[in-house]
Amino acid sequence: MHRAAPSALPDLRRSLAEATLRMRPAATGRVRLGAAEIDAALSGGIDRAALHEVYAAGAGDLAAATGFALGLALRAAEEKAEDAVARPILWIRQDFVDAETGRLHAPGLNELGLDPARLLLVRAREAEGVLRAGAEGARCPALGAVLIEPWGEPRVFDLTASRRLALAAEGSGVTTLLLRVAATEAPSAARTRWQARALASRALEANAPGQPAFALRLLRHRGGVRGDVTEREWRVEWDRDRHRFAERSLFDRSSRTDHAAPLSRPLVPVSGDGQVAADGQDSGFRRTG
Amino acid sequence: MQGSALRLVDFDRCAVELGLTRGMTLADARARIPHLVALEAEPQADCEFLEAVAAFCDRFTPLVALDEPHGLMLDVTGCAHLFGGEAGLGALAARAMRRIGLEFKAAIAGTPEAARAYARHGRGGIVPPGQEEALLRLLPTAALDAAAETVIALSRAGLKTLADLVERPSETLSARFGEKLTVKLRRILGHEDRRITPLRPPPDCVVERHFAEPFADAASLEAVVVRLIGEAARVLEARGEGGRLFEIAFFRSDGAVRRLVIETGRPSRDAKALLRLYRERIETLADALDPGFGFDAIKLAVPVCEPFGMPQHSLDGRAVEEEAVADLVDRLVTRFGRDRVLRFTALDTHHPVRAAKALSAAAPLPEAAWPEPEPEEPPARPLQLFEPPQPVEAIAEVPDGPPIRFRWRRLTHDVARAEGPERIAPEWWRDGSDEPMRDYYRVEDVQGRRFWLYRTGFYEADSAPPRWFLHGLFA
Repeated sequence: MHRAAPSALPDLRRSLAEATLRMRPAATGRVRLGAAEIDAALSGGIDRAALHEVYAAGAGDLAAATGFALGLALRAAEEKAEDAVARPILWIRQDFVDAETGRLHAPGLNELGLDPARLLLVRAREAEGVLRAGAEGARCPALGAVLIEPWGEPRVFDLTASRRLALAAEGSGVTTLLLRVAATEAPSAARTRWQARALASRALEANAPGQPAFALRLLRHRGGVRGDVTEREWRVEWDRDRHRFAERSLFDRSSRTDHAAPLSRPLVPVSGDGQVAADGQDSGFRRTG
Repeated sequence: MQGSALRLVDFDRCAVELGLTRGMTLADARARIPHLVALEAEPQADCEFLEAVAAFCDRFTPLVALDEPHGLMLDVTGCAHLFGGEAGLGALAARAMRRIGLEFKAAIAGTPEAARAYARHGRGGIVPPGQEEALLRLLPTAALDAAAETVIALSRAGLKTLADLVERPSETLSARFGEKLTVKLRRILGHEDRRITPLRPPPDCVVERHFAEPFADAASLEAVVVRLIGEAARVLEARGEGGRLFEIAFFRSDGAVRRLVIETGRPSRDAKALLRLYRERIETLADALDPGFGFDAIKLAVPVCEPFGMPQHSLDGRAVEEEAVADLVDRLVTRFGRDRVLRFTALDTHHPVRAAKALSAAAPLPEAAWPEPEPEEPPARPLQLFEPPQPVEAIAEVPDGPPIRFRWRRLTHDVARAEGPERIAPEWWRDGSDEPMRDYYRVEDVQGRRFWLYRTGFYEADSAPPRWFLHGLFA
């Protein structure tokens, strides 16, 4: 048995290192979204070691939901990195999603703040494969985040499957996001459930579309929230440069005062209200922040 | 078939006894033997069958070459003792061939040519080392496999056997019949040796197990694989190497061979990880491993080995993390295939589609820097891209302006904001010169959905109206 000796020491070192990897305080805790109001309502953000779901509000909001989920994944991967290491993000996509909403475009990911070299994309033909790869990824503590994107409502993504994913995420400390495209709400073990809708952006100069903006609703939050938020809709923008979500109303106000100062370009002073009116759905909605 | 007549290509032992010869026309043969059963020749199928038999023979040695159309060459140098010497190997091979129902003739000799000549033109069997010349000189000159006219010329000269040729000076022989003939002669008589070119390159590291009785149950199968993987890991460790490719061949007792391939992203000799990959592979087989009447040999080959860098495990866990990700990639690649686990690399082009390339994560990613996005600017490129772009019907206010309304997937979108055009010229060195220019617009509809549209062509009186396409979706 003297043969086993040379490998014993590295093995021991490795298991020690793996143990510390799992014990790290960052493996638990919360991921702040960056938007103060949401973080306050969630008492500091979404749970890191958990499963979260993102639904698209309508068929046309798939890209918005994808963008929001990517933002969450980036937040989770970054807040985890107290040692400033860019951990990879695993994205598992069913083939049909590519056909319906277009395939992931690396320069676009780059423009949203994710270095495409950090992304590991798995393309699965069937929902079973998506689930399988998702569970495999959720168990790997070295990942920054896992994004699982099946198409529609496959039978395998049932309550048991989501429980399994949630358990895997709790065990490894990897934020696992389930992006449900073309699906209606179903019972699951997810810690939070979000609904994302595309929101008219704040126009730039010459009426050009501005930063990606989303209207978010927290459909479900296990463990409760502060205040009655289930009926609330938050309006956020994704701030690519700071890698965080910014509340729209707050952002608007600051952009007109101190925030606008360092910009080289004059902003068109359109208020949040003006946008809402253009949106045409719920004008008169006003928030004081 | 030659000319328009149907001719005999091959026949069985019984037909030989009845006096049929190769090249005889079918009509002729039928006239002699009215109840002759003839089938159309299928050289392709024959060749495939020969390859299958070659794969089967892999169990004896990794060096197997085809000797078309009907032969196989096995380099058994250093393998014979595993099967009880050359005699044992010969007997085992004979038994195996008979079991798959093949008529055969085999010989073992010091050089491939000697063995071939002895099998085809001699008695077959084992030529003891150093006795090639003594035994083979009695073979007829046909053993040289020369062209028919050469053989006729030789026989006219009274040279019937190889012995007659050996006695002549080789210069005169090669002057008359060419260099090839004398080289062949030297090789047959064992004066010169040349190795065969094997069908599959010999792997660096091979471990195998042979069983007296075939077995089929999955648990013992895995137990054997576990042992083989452990053994291979030890061999690799002793050499300071790790394998990138592992090939497990299952030899079924009826001759079928099934090979499973496991690939790792970096050199590996971690038995535990390899076993996990093996299980993953077994689970994802489209057609399950069919044991039939059982396997009687299993062989693990490592065709691709690379120097193995001993990882230095620091306690901060960075190396462990990288290793964990690499292991994950290996498992995903094993399960989903090379081309389904991807990473992106940047290419230096302005072409929107070609700017990124998805590469298999199984190979190391080439270093490529992505352009830093412009601070405070919204994304200039969409998150999702349609390939090919989707045609839409669009109305523009002014000929070169952005659309004010477009229809995509039976829904009308009213444009609220737009930016553009961003003119992207085709790459004429790739697309050809008649690829039209594209004017791209970032537009947002009244619901806040953001699209990437482009127009090809211009609104001109004397040309076709421009066409609009939707190329991508922004978050």
